[in-house]
Amino acid sequence: MPLITVDGLKPDPFVTLADDAALPEESGAIVSLARFRKDREALLSRNAPIGVRLKAEESPEQLGEDVHRLSVVALEFPKFRDGRAFSWARQLRTRLGFAGEVRAVGDFLYDQIAHQRRVGFDAWEITEGFSETQFRRALGEITNVYQPSADGRKTIRDLRVSSPT
Amino acid sequence: MYRYDEFDARFVAERVAQFRYQVERRLSGELTEDKFKPLRLLNGLYLQLHAYMLRVAVPYGTLASRQLRKLAHIARKYDKGFGHFTTRTNIQYNWIKLVDVPDILAELAEVEMHCIQTSGNCIRNVTADQFAGATPDEIEDPRPLAEIIRQWSSLHPEFVFLARKFKIAVGATPEDRAALQYHDMAVEIVRDGEGRVGYKVTAGGGMGRTPYLAQVMSDFVAREDILAYLEAVLRVYNQDSRRDNIHKQRIKILVNAIGVEEMRARVAREFEEIKRMGTLQLPAQELDRIAAYFAPPAFEALPDAMPTGDLDFENWKRTNVHPHRAPGYAIATISLKAIGQVPGDASAGQMEALADLMDEYAIPEIRVSHEQNLVLPHVRQKDLPAIFARLQDLDLATPNSGLITDIIACPGLDYCDLANARSIPVAQAIAKRFAGLERQHDIGELKIKISGCINACGHHHAGHIGILGVDKKGVEYYQLLLGGSGAEDAAIGQIMGPGFGEHEIADAVERVVNFYLKERSPGERFLDTYRRIGMEPFKNIAYQEQMNAAYNG
Amino acid sequence: MAPASPKVLTANRLQTGEVLYWKAGGWIADLRQADLFGEPAAAEAALAQAQAFVAANQVVTPYLFEVRRTGDGLAPVKEREIIRSLGPSVRPDTGKQAPPMHKHHV
Repeated sequence: MPLITVDGLKPDPFVTLADDAALPEESGAIVSLARFRKDREALLSRNAPIGVRLKAEESPEQLGEDVHRLSVVALEFPKFRDGRAFSWARQLRTRLGFAGEVRAVGDFLYDQIAHQRRVGFDAWEITEGFSETQFRRALGEITNVYQPSADGRKTIRDLRVSSPT
Repeated sequence: MYRYDEFDARFVAERVAQFRYQVERRLSGELTEDKFKPLRLLNGLYLQLHAYMLRVAVPYGTLASRQLRKLAHIARKYDKGFGHFTTRTNIQYNWIKLVDVPDILAELAEVEMHCIQTSGNCIRNVTADQFAGATPDEIEDPRPLAEIIRQWSSLHPEFVFLARKFKIAVGATPEDRAALQYHDMAVEIVRDGEGRVGYKVTAGGGMGRTPYLAQVMSDFVAREDILAYLEAVLRVYNQDSRRDNIHKQRIKILVNAIGVEEMRARVAREFEEIKRMGTLQLPAQELDRIAAYFAPPAFEALPDAMPTGDLDFENWKRTNVHPHRAPGYAIATISLKAIGQVPGDASAGQMEALADLMDEYAIPEIRVSHEQNLVLPHVRQKDLPAIFARLQDLDLATPNSGLITDIIACPGLDYCDLANARSIPVAQAIAKRFAGLERQHDIGELKIKISGCINACGHHHAGHIGILGVDKKGVEYYQLLLGGSGAEDAAIGQIMGPGFGEHEIADAVERVVNFYLKERSPGERFLDTYRRIGMEPFKNIAYQEQMNAAYNG
Repeated sequence: MAPASPKVLTANRLQTGEVLYWKAGGWIADLRQADLFGEPAAAEAALAQAQAFVAANQVVTPYLFEVRRTGDGLAPVKEREIIRSLGPSVRPDTGKQAPPMHKHHV
């Protein structure tokens, strides 16, 4: 599946593994939380980056301190109407201080990308044909924001304070 | 009242463009109906029985005359010449075309209005007391905080795809005119023991299939912490609410499933963290800056001198004119409940005439109440007779505020795709039954609230007498509920028993009311009598006709 | 068992939300002119055909509803469909019931 990040379209350096699939020799791998728990030692001692894919009902806190040994946390949108991952991403960034990639996977819409970006997502598994132009447009539809989130953007209140009027 | 600055104006303009693009993609087929539906709902657009319905936000129910004129213009140009004021203090239009909506939004933006988050699983329009800033008994005007909440909640990236809708109200008086305890979350402005002003926060109230009254989350949140606290509640809700059963996804279900203590503990943890980060702290100067927009008009130095007039005027004064904080001023309720009319409806002509009247009498704003009436908050007492005469000409002077014919009713099956039964004809039949003013005064305060389905837009759980329309094999039936209240003595109405047919329900209500008149102790309202004697005697009376019919049958 | 009621196929026009009824492979505004399906198989076939109009972004959510014959034509069995076919019962000046009645064909 194509991947887009804040830097644009790029090849996905990770493979998402089924729970019973063999680990690749070298490339990065994304596994389920269940598999991560089961094969934790083996996964963390590999000489390749590792990521965990969390279901919508799985809080990133379940990763404990291991979260900081991950390169990617992929948060799943089972249906685009299920917005729990918006809070999980926020939690990863602000409570857990996770500095790796937070990836949106599953069923989400063009119209949700800007919100996802705000709460801390920085990579998206997209459908074939989705262009970087569309991606930039999605991020740019609303220029200013009213509330602080995980993106560190100045809010409208900040801008008012610094605005000469 | 609040005025947009360049940032607000740009935000709303961009939101219009964003929705225009969503409509384009729907019409071209790039978006399926399944994907478009949640997006259009986030902008207050429903597909109803006859056409699209567009719900325009009236934040905390406050409108300027130029905004009211624009609402009238939209009714004429894009609808069929009228609009419907709702229990969420919004206005909705019933005959909208999808292709017109982007242009309507652009027109609304011209007068600093929008439809953002008037539906969908997000934080909805924030409501407040319709007497805010005018009533003598408030600690402070709740609307500055409501405006701050409006801004904070507008396209909040974390909370646009919640498990269900989320309704917030702000109150500031001992008398609750905003149904606080029926809200997903409510903020009551209070003073602590030392006289400091702060906020009591409740959560977990709601109507619908499983009604609950709200529980206290915190007795006192400091002013600077309030957004951090509200965000903490929302985050716990978004993370922990069920998502597997649409009927169990409101915050009321979460609070009652895990218990209020556990809910408070989870909120406290998030709150400490958000507070520590500091970015959501509300500086006093920001609150002051917003509050300045809501400064009351410069009241003239006038003596308290309530004019007197003919019987019609005196009757109107008795129920529709309320005390004001400034000497020589009054609050006037404009009833949208003329006997036999559709509760909450106003024609374009009425809206325009009201806007003219506001300008003429220097009344800077008008309010929408959750009881589906309009309110002139700052009227010189000496102007009341002239204003009353104008309202009479407009059929807006019905003297029934708070009386039995001041009925809340949702649009019901006449318009709504979700409805099981019609609400409006039932409201009309009951209003006609009790049209006599002397009888209405004899009955006194009695709130009838009618919903056409379990979603409870007509607040039937909170009616002293509630009526819920149900569908039995395509035929409308109506359940009676007694004993509910949406005020400071909030209570959930109890269902009496099997439903009544369309042509029986007004009779049943009348039997219940007549029984109250017979049984009441001096000074007792209907609600008081019900609370004293309970459901059983009312039930016996309400079903008497059926029992007689069965006996004779 | 009583014979099943005849059915009519309906939808709303995507662009306007207007209530439409199926007739001869297309859509009309007036229930009285609509195709009446006595046979379930024919009704289901029309519903399947209607999906093409959904795919073409012309209508949304087509479905079948029951009608019964009355003295002067057809009446839906359920109140909801009576109201859709006429307009709000509380505003006879609006909707399809409002005079004069115009008929639109797609």
